[in-house]
Formats: sequence, structure tokens, C-alpha cells
Amino acid sequence: MNPPPDADSERKRIQRSRSIVMALLLAAFVVLVYAISIAKMT
Amino acid sequence: MSQTATIPLPADWRDFFALTKPRVMSLVIFTGLCGLLAAPGAINPVLGFTAILCIALGAGGAAALNQWWEADIDAGMKRTRARPIPAGRMDRSAARDFGVALSVASVLLMGLANGWLAASILAISIFYYAVIYTIWLKPRTPQNIVIGGGAGAFPPMIGWVAVTGDITAMPVLLFAIIFMWTPPHFWALALFVQSDYAKVGIPMMPVVAGETSTRRQILVYALLLLPLSAAPWWIGGTGAIYGVSALALSSLFVALSFRVGLRQRTGPDDTMKPEKQLFGYSVLYLFALFAALVADRWLLVQG
Repeated sequence: MNPPPDADSERKRIQRSRSIVMALLLAAFVVLVYAISIAKMT
Repeated sequence: MSQTATIPLPADWRDFFALTKPRVMSLVIFTGLCGLLAAPGAINPVLGFTAILCIALGAGGAAALNQWWEADIDAGMKRTRARPIPAGRMDRSAARDFGVALSVASVLLMGLANGWLAASILAISIFYYAVIYTIWLKPRTPQNIVIGGGAGAFPPMIGWVAVTGDITAMPVLLFAIIFMWTPPHFWALALFVQSDYAKVGIPMMPVVAGETSTRRQILVYALLLLPLSAAPWWIGGTGAIYGVSALALSSLFVALSFRVGLRQRTGPDDTMKPEKQLFGYSVLYLFALFAALVADRWLLVQG
């Protein structure tokens, strides 16, 4: 079965939301590793 | 026909989140946090947060691997057929890769932040759930829940070890309590969703040994749980607040288990109310028991 006609816009919406979530997770990971480094030093 | 029209849609981020079994994870996070808070000693808040995060990520990774392996089984059960893979919203290999990535990341991060003993126990717990329980025992033996329940028993031990850096009697007892709690908790559920497990060929205790045997075993485990739950008090690891709470909570657990253990299904119209009550209470029991453990520790520290 083929996806419905608006599948292209739906694909873009999903990819966009996945990219945003991935960017937020990476940013959180960087902040966490930085905080761990400081905590381990003290 | 355009090329994009034939390519399936990518999975939504919410489906990846659903792979981690967030509801199960809430209990894992709670018991892990309680183990961390009840342990003697202090931990930097950032490192404490990281320990709980890693326990959650590890549990999520193991859950994703579980759903990758059991996609066909999930498709045959009403309770699980809406999950991302059987519902066709996600490719199986994506779930596998996601599960492996989460598992490896959680162990490495915990090793760097909280030490390699805690990280090793986390790695063992992931392997225990994803391989020993999901792949090996669950499809082979009706004792799958008994042995596999060990996977869910690791979080408080990991939280404890993240603080103390060593394994003593207390984290082992916390492990044993959840280990002993798992069979009556899960078999109560299996009694009222029995037909689903039978349909997909999973040898759950009610299917293989029959309802009567399962009910008796629920009662046996509940009776064993009663002294075990109070053992941290008896060895001097906690105060009376925990001890009395444990005895009261476990006594009610035994009382509800008696209702399940000594009855028979009255017929096809049986609403299975005692079994549903026991299952609901078992979740509440674990939350309350570990909350009492933390409250006891905090009141002891505050003098």
C-alpha cells in the first residue's frame, strides 16, 4: 500500500521533530558531561 | 510514482520513546533512586542524577531490545499489538540499534561518573533482561518470571553501589526483595490476561502448570516476602520505621495473596477481582516499601 498523497509533508514533519529532539538530547549530553567533569574535580 | 511514495515513513521520536517502556521505567527509576537515597554516605547531586539517568537509560535500552526480539509475539497479543514495531510504525533494525546505543551509552556514562562497579552491575542487568530473560528463558520455561525477575531487582542495588562503591548485605537484600516480589506481581497479571499468553505460545505459569498451581505459588512467594522484607530491619540496616512499615505492607500483601491463592475461577464470567486487586496493590506495595526505606534513612540522619 502506498502512503497517502501528503506523505511527503508528513515525512518532513517527522524528520524535523526527530532532528529537534536529537539536537536537544545532544545539547543536554554536552551539559551533563561538563557538569560531571566539574563534579569529579571537586 | 515518486520515489518518496514507496519509502515507508520514518519512525516518530515518540515511538522511540515508547520503546523504552516509560511506565515500567518509572518503577525502575523510583527503586533506583530509593537505593541511592537510602545508602549510607553522600553523593554529589550531579553524580546522583547521572546514576539515576543511567539506570533509566539502561532500562530503556533493555526494553527496546526486548521489543525488537519479541515483535512477532507482541503482534499476537491485544495488550502489546499497538507497540511501534508490530503496529508497523518502526523498522525492527531501528529498534535494535536504538536499544544497543542506549545500553552502551548508559554503561559508559555510569562508569565514568559513578565508577565501574556500578556500571558493571548495570551492564549485567541489561544483559540479564535482554538476553537471559527475553531471548533465553521467557520462551522456554514457566519459571521465566522467577529467574528473569532478577533483572528488575538490580536498580536499587546499582543506586546503592553508586553511593557506597561496594556491595554489602543491604543492597543484596533490596535485590532479593524485588526478586521475591516479582513472581506474585506478574502471575497475578498473567492470571487475568492468560488467554493472550497462551495464544502466542509463551509458557507462563498459568498456561503450563495451571491456575491452581500458580495461585499456590503466588501465596508461597508472598509468605516468603514477609520475613524477607523485614530483614533489613533485623540485620540493623534500617530503623523501626522501615521495619514496621515493611511488616504492615507485607501482611496486607499476604492477605490479598491468600484471597488469590485459595480460590478458583468461578467460570467464564469471573471478573478476577482478587487477582486485579493483588496486581494493583503489588505496584503500590513496592512504591510504599521503598519510600519507607528512604524515610527511615532520612529520619535517622536528621536524628
